[in-house]
Amino acid sequence: MATDTSGAEGGLVFHPMDQFIIKPFFGSGEVAWYTVTNATVWMFLAVIAVFLLLVVGSSKRAVVPSRMQSVAELAYGFVYKMVEDICGKEGVKYFPYIMTLFMFIVCANFLGLIPTAFTPTSHFAVTVVLALAVFLTVTVLGFVKNGASFLSLFWVSSAPLALRPILALIELISYFVRPVSHSIRLAGNVMAGHAVIKVFAGFAALLAVSPIAILGITAMYGLEVLVSFIQAYVFTILTCVYLKDALHPHH
Amino acid sequence: MATEPIDIEMAGTCVGPNGSAIGMPQLCFDWWGNQIFWLVLALIAIYLILSRVALPRIGAVLAERTGTITNDIAAAEDLKAKAVEAEAAYDKALLDARAEAQRIVADAKAEIKGDLDVAIAKADAEIAAKSAESEKAIADIRASALENVAVVAKDTAKEIVAALGGKADAKTINAAVTARMKG
Amino acid sequence: MEGELAHIGAGLAAIGSGAAAIGVGNVAGNYLAGALRNPSAAASQTATLFIGIAFAEALGIFAFLVALLLMFAV
Repeated sequence: MATDTSGAEGGLVFHPMDQFIIKPFFGSGEVAWYTVTNATVWMFLAVIAVFLLLVVGSSKRAVVPSRMQSVAELAYGFVYKMVEDICGKEGVKYFPYIMTLFMFIVCANFLGLIPTAFTPTSHFAVTVVLALAVFLTVTVLGFVKNGASFLSLFWVSSAPLALRPILALIELISYFVRPVSHSIRLAGNVMAGHAVIKVFAGFAALLAVSPIAILGITAMYGLEVLVSFIQAYVFTILTCVYLKDALHPHH
Repeated sequence: MATEPIDIEMAGTCVGPNGSAIGMPQLCFDWWGNQIFWLVLALIAIYLILSRVALPRIGAVLAERTGTITNDIAAAEDLKAKAVEAEAAYDKALLDARAEAQRIVADAKAEIKGDLDVAIAKADAEIAAKSAESEKAIADIRASALENVAVVAKDTAKEIVAALGGKADAKTINAAVTARMKG
Repeated sequence: MEGELAHIGAGLAAIGSGAAAIGVGNVAGNYLAGALRNPSAAASQTATLFIGIAFAEALGIFAFLVALLLMFAV
């Protein structure tokens, strides 16, 4: 199903990747770096969602929380506990930073599940920036906090001496693969789910299989709801783990 | 989205003339700059919202709630201690009342017993007096009966002796009857 | 011809997704087995569980990505 077999024969049309096309939201034309595109709009909606949930939701400061406020507190407690458990007391300082990542990803993922919506987190441009931000922050922080002893992260002192250079090489490679896997995991999961739903939707055009296709879409949608949250969780928890490595580099 | 008509001028290196993507839209680097720019803006916005307004507020609410709960628990502990105290006081009052009641009962019992003893003693004394009187009467009656028996025996003996033609003086017969009655 | 070979390659690469499924199943199954043996320690290891699942799944996603690249970008 390459892109050029656009359904002339058989009526089956598969364009699973078309939903990821970026186009100007107002009018048409070239996409310049400042153009307001569909990606921009959905990122903006994610910001609005975060604002509604965490600021408007908690505006009453009630001791006995309303529904919105308890969701906001739940999110706060969830990420706070994660940061505290993994990074320890020193990590709490970076809690707003991690909370920003978590809230953006989780809101963008869930908003992207609305039919006809665009999902910013399905684009490598977005996740690579997120992952590189984490990677650079963590690396800089590691050197600032620990100086040269941050390099002991790569020198596994518990291993036999002969193995250490090899291990150091492996550790070094895995350290630099981190941003790659960190970003591709998120974008890949989101994109895979959306593309699979689109493929099922293409099958729905055939009358014979359309009930199965619709069932498949429903099942995939349920899975995607799970994946949306789990990937945000995983992204956040890996950020915490990397941060812990920067704060306490000694194995 | 593929059904929307797309201008020919938009069709570039990433979007074909029929409006569908050429290759993966994720790898169309023409669009990266735009996304990165708006993403950075969005992240900064969220960071400012969170760090300036939302997180301090929620943190304060949570701290306040923890404080309230701690205070409430302390107050509850206080009230519980008071309740325990009140119960102890109640138990003590109950014990006192019971002891008092027992004391009163014992007093009443002792009083009644005293009265009863006096009455019994009096009754006993009366009974003793009556029985002594009765015994005396019985003894009198018995003594008089014995006397009568002796008199009758003496008279009878005298008569019998006289009837047999003997002659006996009263003194001998008396002695003989008395000896006989003793034996 | 080249495009067809690319499609075959994409299908082969998609096998990697199944392999990743085995990996994820292994992680979750072993977690469950351990959690049933020692339920008191289970709650503290959920984070490790998710990290393990994420690492296993990332490789499957890489395979999927290779398939996509062969499908759409070659």
